Amino acid sequence: MNTYTLYLNSKRCIGCHGCVVHCKANKRLPVGPILCEISHEPLKSVRGVPKTEFKFRSCYHCEDPFCVTICPTGAMKKREDGIVYVDAAKCIGCMACAGACPWGIPQHNPETNKAVKCDYCMDRLDTGLQPACVTKCTTHALKLVAMKEI
Amino acid sequence: MKKSVWSMCGMCTVRCPIRVEVEGNTVTWLEGNQNLLQGALCAKGSAGPALVADRERPQQPLIRKGGRGAGRWEPVSWEFALDYIADKLKTIIDRHGPEAIMASSRGGPFQDLVKAFTHALGSPNYTNHDSACGRNVHHASISLFGVGRPAFIYDIKNTKHLVLFGRNILASLRPAEVNQVMDMLDKGGRLTYVDVRQTLTGIKATNFFQVRPGTDYALALALIHEIIKAEGYDAEFVERYTTGFDELAYFVENYSAQWAAKECGIKAKDIHELVGQLIADRPKVIFHPGWMLSRYSDSFYASRALNCLNALMGNIEIPGGLIFAKGAGDCGGKGPRSLTDLSPKPTAKRADGVGEVYKQFEKGPGLFHLFYKAMATGNPYPVKGIICVRHDPFSCFPDPQAQKEALDNCDLIVSIDTHYSEFGWYADVILPESTYLERDSMIALQKGMKPRMIMRNKVLEPQADTLGLYDIIKGLATRLGLDQYFPFNTTQELWAWQLEPTGFTLADFEKKGFVEYADKPVLYDRDKLEGKFKTPSGKIEIISQKLNEWGFPSWKPYTSPAKPPKGQYRLVFGRSPLHAHSHTVNNPLLNEMMPENTLWINTREAGKMGVAEGDFVDVISGEITSVITAKLTDFIHPEAVYTVHGFGRQIPLQTRAYHAGMSDQKLMKGQLQNMDPVGGGLNLCETFVTVRKSSKNHQRKVEL
Repeated sequence: MNTYTLYLNSKRCIGCHGCVVHCKANKRLPVGPILCEISHEPLKSVRGVPKTEFKFRSCYHCEDPFCVTICPTGAMKKREDGIVYVDAAKCIGCMACAGACPWGIPQHNPETNKAVKCDYCMDRLDTGLQPACVTKCTTHALKLVAMKEI
Repeated sequence: MKKSVWSMCGMCTVRCPIRVEVEGNTVTWLEGNQNLLQGALCAKGSAGPALVADRERPQQPLIRKGGRGAGRWEPVSWEFALDYIADKLKTIIDRHGPEAIMASSRGGPFQDLVKAFTHALGSPNYTNHDSACGRNVHHASISLFGVGRPAFIYDIKNTKHLVLFGRNILASLRPAEVNQVMDMLDKGGRLTYVDVRQTLTGIKATNFFQVRPGTDYALALALIHEIIKAEGYDAEFVERYTTGFDELAYFVENYSAQWAAKECGIKAKDIHELVGQLIADRPKVIFHPGWMLSRYSDSFYASRALNCLNALMGNIEIPGGLIFAKGAGDCGGKGPRSLTDLSPKPTAKRADGVGEVYKQFEKGPGLFHLFYKAMATGNPYPVKGIICVRHDPFSCFPDPQAQKEALDNCDLIVSIDTHYSEFGWYADVILPESTYLERDSMIALQKGMKPRMIMRNKVLEPQADTLGLYDIIKGLATRLGLDQYFPFNTTQELWAWQLEPTGFTLADFEKKGFVEYADKPVLYDRDKLEGKFKTPSGKIEIISQKLNEWGFPSWKPYTSPAKPPKGQYRLVFGRSPLHAHSHTVNNPLLNEMMPENTLWINTREAGKMGVAEGDFVDVISGEITSVITAKLTDFIHPEAVYTVHGFGRQIPLQTRAYHAGMSDQKLMKGQLQNMDPVGGGLNLCETFVTVRKSSKNHQRKVEL
């Protein structure tokens, strides 16, 4: 059972892409891997105002993740609270996980030659903090939601 | 050992308060100060550590070896570089006097140090970037309220209706302000956005007006007309605190909604609807008078009209309106000391003519671009030495080629900056300043509803052979025998001296990272605003005595902007939330997010040229041709093409930014002195460019 999901209040999101950089800076990622993304549909006129909504996407932390099953070394794991993460010590960088994922979520870190993906900043969660993208979201539009609360 | 440090962001000039966690000499976490920003920070803020780690910034002082701009540099020691500059400065002072030296830095809370150094030299010629930014807005505010732009805080959070004319507030962003806008919208407030194109701000708007470029003043005049006609203004406030209302009513008589609709290319019914909303929402309506409003030849008057609308709304000194920024004195306290108080007040006339030839401009920082005139002509006297501190005039002002020609009359050009600037690349000496995470800055007072003292603490030890600005200035001052004006050996000594009269100590900053003078917002009694407006009459001067005295009308009759000739477009520019002008284009993380700019072209206009999305187009102005990728959109006025400012850099050592995208200012041929004569702002949107499909679109591949 997944405990968490990341929710974007698209009314508050201004498409500044802060979350993407907050994430990269926190994980100290080099140029290349991007673990979350902000996108939008082309503008459409709504009552005279060209509008669009922003969408946020990171890992979906699937119930039965293909990336975990396919990982040859057991580096890709799913925690009890549903977080799917990479155990860097075991990862050999074969990127089978990315091939197995329907959305190609796991990314290759060229500096470490290992897979890297969104893990809801579980190191921060475990000390009572929020993920980097949530804590530093420019407009406080991103929230980490515990599913039980809904 | 892990430590947590309060400091201040320096990725752009918003200077957000931050908290940084450090282990060893590495940043492990960096967030917006929880006490003011609840952690929020923009993309640029998070890219700070990437700036520190970037080796594509100057690593030690550099002295030019070849011709100016040739890019051949000799790495030297700080001792050598400072001796070299001091010698050159002495020679200039001996030959031409100290006023032959000018210095420029970013405006804002930290200008004190560079200004004090300029004054200590004996030169009045301190300046900044503002003639390409907010000068029109500042002077418009002075002409109306008697006080400049920084005198007011916009209480956006509590307003009912925010009206923005080209102020792209959610993209050219200040995190605290952005949250105020979003909170206001969450509470059901209205946003009206006026621009020549749709933006990240406009997509959140209740009302959106896509106007013909250069017609802001027309729409503002029509709003005044319709509000007066409907008697929708605050008659009591106007009666009590303004002069010249009747003249204004007479002046706007012909500027109806019907007229403006035609002029701006919008619908009269929509203007009427807006007027109805404004009257219903009054007095909690804010007309933003513009931030960077150096655009058209009537931008000063457009800003004046917008501020006049604020007065008509009666929104001064009420929640949800314009609130006087309070200083330490308003809370019964004392502010920190300034270094300029130690240096002698310069007596010489300014080389830019501000205060003499140009009485209409405030002396403070004068107008940078006018110094180029003095350099080129030797009038009123020669300018032979220039020091720019974290300011890149070649990226900031039009026509860098014309600037270079003026600079060729200088004997010394110094750039003090954290990164390579286009100006620095043409300089004689580059002094690398430590990045904002590696330096301390002076304590500064930030006026506001709750005034506070702010500071920047050094978070990391410098990772290259760089110095903080105080140490650089002190090093020069010592060599020039000006030590008495900079008597502090360290920033810590300087801070202690600054804080002495305030009654606070450094320990008071430890709790929140800043020191507040008040617990609650301080508001003046709205019934006793007499004396707060520093105009000759003490009132809001709708008809300004000073403008009259200087021979300028308070309201300029509207003239319709020129239409671009066939095949040409008006070049307009703006900001992205991912870059701070040109400063960040080479930052590894931000460059990855946005490596180059595009040219926005109206879809139908592109069709006429046979240009498809993603095609290369040539953008031509005079002998300059730039090549850029086309982005097609229905939501830009067909007369305009738009690009993000800051790209098209030509510094080979910045490999990521080198020749990436297009520079708007390089296309502004002959525009360096095209200035608003009343506001002093440069007219940066008065360039027409030819656009055509580029031959660089490969039709055939000729390869093995």
